Amino acid sequence: MSTILEVEDLRVAFPSRQGPVEVVRGVTFDLGRERLGIVGESGSGKSQTGRAILGLTPPSGTVRAKRLQFEGIDLRDASAATWRRLRGRRMSMVMQDPKFSLNPVMTIGRQIVEAYARQPDAPRSAARDKAIAMLEAVQIRDPARVFDAYPHELSGGMGQRAMIAMMLITEPDLLIADEPTSALDVTVQLEVLQILDELVRERGMGLIFISHDLRLVSSFCDRVLVMYAGRMVEEVRADRLHEARHPYTRGLLDCLPSLETDRRPLPTLQRDAAWAR
Amino acid sequence: MSTPPGTPIEVDGLSVTFGSGAGALRAVRRVGFVLNRGESFGIVGESGSGKSTVLRAICGLAPVSAGQIRIDGAPVRTPRDAAFYRRVQMVFQDPYASLHPRHTVDRVLSEPLAIHGFGDVEARIEQALADVGLGHGFRFRFPHQLSGGQRQRVAIARALILEPSILLLDEPTSALDASIQAEVLNLLDALRRRRDLTYLLVSHDLAVVAHMCERLIVMRNGETVEELSRADLRARRARQDYTRDLLTASRGFVREPA
Repeated sequence: MSTILEVEDLRVAFPSRQGPVEVVRGVTFDLGRERLGIVGESGSGKSQTGRAILGLTPPSGTVRAKRLQFEGIDLRDASAATWRRLRGRRMSMVMQDPKFSLNPVMTIGRQIVEAYARQPDAPRSAARDKAIAMLEAVQIRDPARVFDAYPHELSGGMGQRAMIAMMLITEPDLLIADEPTSALDVTVQLEVLQILDELVRERGMGLIFISHDLRLVSSFCDRVLVMYAGRMVEEVRADRLHEARHPYTRGLLDCLPSLETDRRPLPTLQRDAAWAR
Repeated sequence: MSTPPGTPIEVDGLSVTFGSGAGALRAVRRVGFVLNRGESFGIVGESGSGKSTVLRAICGLAPVSAGQIRIDGAPVRTPRDAAFYRRVQMVFQDPYASLHPRHTVDRVLSEPLAIHGFGDVEARIEQALADVGLGHGFRFRFPHQLSGGQRQRVAIARALILEPSILLLDEPTSALDASIQAEVLNLLDALRRRRDLTYLLVSHDLAVVAHMCERLIVMRNGETVEELSRADLRARRARQDYTRDLLTASRGFVREPA
């Protein structure tokens, strides 16, 4: 398995009145052409990890790492020009809610073409056809209509598909998806995952799937990193999730109500201060 | 408050239409159900199914265009009177939006008491906080000094402080982390038993509804798809395709063989 991304001891800190607060503390992993899940509750640092990899940490934050390499390129002190060459072309990101991540005053088609045209060798004339083909690839039935539509004219599921089409038209090697289906209804959620799954398989892309939903992630990814208070508390193979050892992972799995069994009261998570250390 | 006579909630042929003419949106169409005393009843559906609108129509936050709503055997009045809100209270989805950011917990809890002319405010506030598992230390905090789970506890305390017999719960845990969800569901479960409350709970999460409710309806596009018991849901005995789809989706992602 060829390694696309190497992350070693990643740390992200933000200033506060009490001095800098580290929200990501020592995250380490390698990513090949596979599906990696990062799971944690709010405030666990999962989204900041994804953003730091793409160099999208807000300006007030500082990112440090022993190693942060994308296909041999050191991202730690990458210049603006390097980022421009990488982001959108070789690595991209799907955000949670298409309502906020699509430009509301531009048609879907123009936004996709804009992403496509940022590649230096992309023939302009082919952009429209390529965009429509991409919309088809994400299972949009009427791609010509969606091409000319504005984001508000689409449902949440359609908007998210358009967003994925835009992120994938440049055929990146790495896609970071931050809660890509959390704003969608369950039935639509699975269709979007199906699309992502096929794209990973067919194009040999590396995918980092960030989510709060441990069950969903484990049904979709190959490996899962569990984060708590900025730390990686466990790395586990998705199909071996039931063998997870860390009490936090076990607690997270255990506290969900289930359709099959009736447990009352539900087990609650007893947090241990040592987990955050 | 002593147990009132009659059926807690009867909804019959309820329709809610927003707007008029060509642009009219029929959000709820001829929905009906009956709740028994002490029962917990669920409404499941995806976004836009009209499930929350049913709750809002019951407590007077959405216009009723047809049908009838009876609380404890008597038709509701429009606008709802004070006696209605003594009996029926609502807990909203997002505790980050439903608490006034510049009111302390104390003020949030004392306002309904003042409106309804309750005495012994001190004792009631202390008791309400204790009931939802928040200590005295939380009484003079502002919402921003509370976590999401603590905020939802305050919202539940605010709903219960008038000693209603019916609680309308609109996705009470969907804005919360999984571990906090378990705590809030346990709290709601315990309160219902202790106080013989009747719950009408709306959620998109089948597992939450199976845990909380004895019976439920599935809604889609404003209409009832079918009514199920908890046992039906647990055994995945659905009569309609749509319900089956929801049940399948609740299992998570299933990779199709390549």
